[in-house]
Amino acid sequence: MAPETPRPAAPTPAGGHGPGAPDELGALVASWRAWMQRHDAVNRADLDELESHLLDRVDALREVGLHDDEAFLVAVKRLGAVDELSHEYARVHSERLWKQLVLDGEAEPGAADPGARAATSDALDRADAAGGRAPFWKRANGLAVALALGVGAGLVVTSATLVGADPAFFLRNATLLVLPFLAAWFVWRHRPPMAAVLAVAGTFVLVGVVLNVFPWASLSAVQAFGGAVADTELLASLGAAVALWLMTGVVYSAGRWRSSDARMDFVRFSGEWLVYYVLIALVGGALSALTIGVFSTIDVDVAWFFGQWVLPCAIPGAVLVAAWLVDAKQRVIENIAPVLTKVFTPLFTIMLIALVVAAVLQWNIVDADRELLIAFDLVLVVVLGLLVYSYSSRDPLQRPGWFDRIQLVMLVAALVVDVFVLVAMVGRTGEFGFSPNKTASLGLNLILLVNLAWAAWLQLGFLRGREPFDRLERWQTGYLPVYLAWAAVLVLVFPPVFDFA
Amino acid sequence: MRIGKDLVAAAATPVVLGILAEGESYGYAILQRITALSGGELEWSDGMLYPLLHRLERLGHVHAEWRQSDTGRPRKHYRLTEQGAGVLTEQRRQWSVVGEVLSKVWPDDGGPRMRLAFGEV
Repeated sequence: MAPETPRPAAPTPAGGHGPGAPDELGALVASWRAWMQRHDAVNRADLDELESHLLDRVDALREVGLHDDEAFLVAVKRLGAVDELSHEYARVHSERLWKQLVLDGEAEPGAADPGARAATSDALDRADAAGGRAPFWKRANGLAVALALGVGAGLVVTSATLVGADPAFFLRNATLLVLPFLAAWFVWRHRPPMAAVLAVAGTFVLVGVVLNVFPWASLSAVQAFGGAVADTELLASLGAAVALWLMTGVVYSAGRWRSSDARMDFVRFSGEWLVYYVLIALVGGALSALTIGVFSTIDVDVAWFFGQWVLPCAIPGAVLVAAWLVDAKQRVIENIAPVLTKVFTPLFTIMLIALVVAAVLQWNIVDADRELLIAFDLVLVVVLGLLVYSYSSRDPLQRPGWFDRIQLVMLVAALVVDVFVLVAMVGRTGEFGFSPNKTASLGLNLILLVNLAWAAWLQLGFLRGREPFDRLERWQTGYLPVYLAWAAVLVLVFPPVFDFA
Repeated sequence: MRIGKDLVAAAATPVVLGILAEGESYGYAILQRITALSGGELEWSDGMLYPLLHRLERLGHVHAEWRQSDTGRPRKHYRLTEQGAGVLTEQRRQWSVVGEVLSKVWPDDGGPRMRLAFGEV
């Protein structure tokens, strides 16, 4: 029996088809197993049983004079059509189609659903699926490592609170304190080449030095995080968050950052991660509130403990746990971000059209104040997010349908809004001069305008059957470095140019 | 003659339970036994037996256990549970009723219409 088909259940098949049999049959059976494993309804124990049956049949056929390969073909044929078989298994085991992530799957062999893990192909998972033989840090898709890194991130942030760092320090360094742990997780999980690791580490060091060495103007009217923060400081911190997240993608993609597919994978990861993080935060918040409430009924105040220990540990720790979840359940459960996209794209399109109509009727966007213009930029970012996440899950071979038409409408409406906002921004800049905030949103606006315009053009071409879907996807993944570049400008160029104001 | 799909499906449970009533067995052997008993007339694709066995296991009619075979291969053996034996008795009762009804509407000499139906005229 081919050794690369890992066995979960207690009755580990040892001999295969008997001593002395040529390996050809073993290879045939292994490829048959690999093919069968793609069917969600059939798990590994079933395959062991079917394989045993298959080999019984092969033995019988060989006795009447067939060769190994002939006997194998007949035996497979006798098993029946794979689809029908899988359908029948699904009828009996419908729960298997609702894949669950079993955290302690290895504790009890056969209790977990190994088929889910068998579908993943990389070496780590294979070691993982081999069950009890894997060292503990490799079990459950490396949960132990993720947790250790999460605790590390939590401890770093907590110790920063304990030594009494001021709010502005946290604003600047929050991503710097947490994201290296996430990057470390990716390094362990995806084994990027050393050059990629060094590049990312170098970026972290550079951003860390820049953010903490720049002489930020200490007096400012802007209040954030309960303290005074300079405009450029706030922008640089935001830019740093975006830039470092994208750089983390370089280790995520194991150094294949030039590949469009690898970039799209990271985009998928980011969306799923966000959904999981929000879910964990919601449940964590509810649990904390409940705990504080229950203790307060018996006159014990635990709120300080949450403020001082639980939150500083949990908020960074959850970053790692969410990342682990996305990695571990990748193929177990369908992704949720594209589903949300499907639901919200039509609603968002209606909202944009209403906005355009209202703006045309009243013509007051141009007079809108600064916060409103920034809000419009955010709306456009959401439009691009909806677009990219629907791309991320779309079957590239599918013909354009109603959803793609809605996307074109959304893109056109967004373009109109973008032009309105651009006119307003240019008007305000001409009137009041360049401020860091205005310049930053103007730059972002132009970047989005270019992306939206070309995306709309490609979408039109796709609807008319002139562009393959691949080009739409490549345009979006190819655009990621532009965001990185603009974020870098915010971090490195803006502060000195605007005098750290 | 091929026995129709629906009839095979309906007969599958009592046949499998009946074979297991003879003693513990495993999938391949059960199929061999069915082929032998029916002279090859009662047949369905090999793989389909297993979902049926799993359903019976889930219902508690049979108990399954992995064993090592003589060749060293692992094999899942099935045996009838007490509950399964009860189900078999009940099924047997139902099938005999059906059989009796059939034997009455298909009398041995039949009559002219029946002879026509069986192509004996």
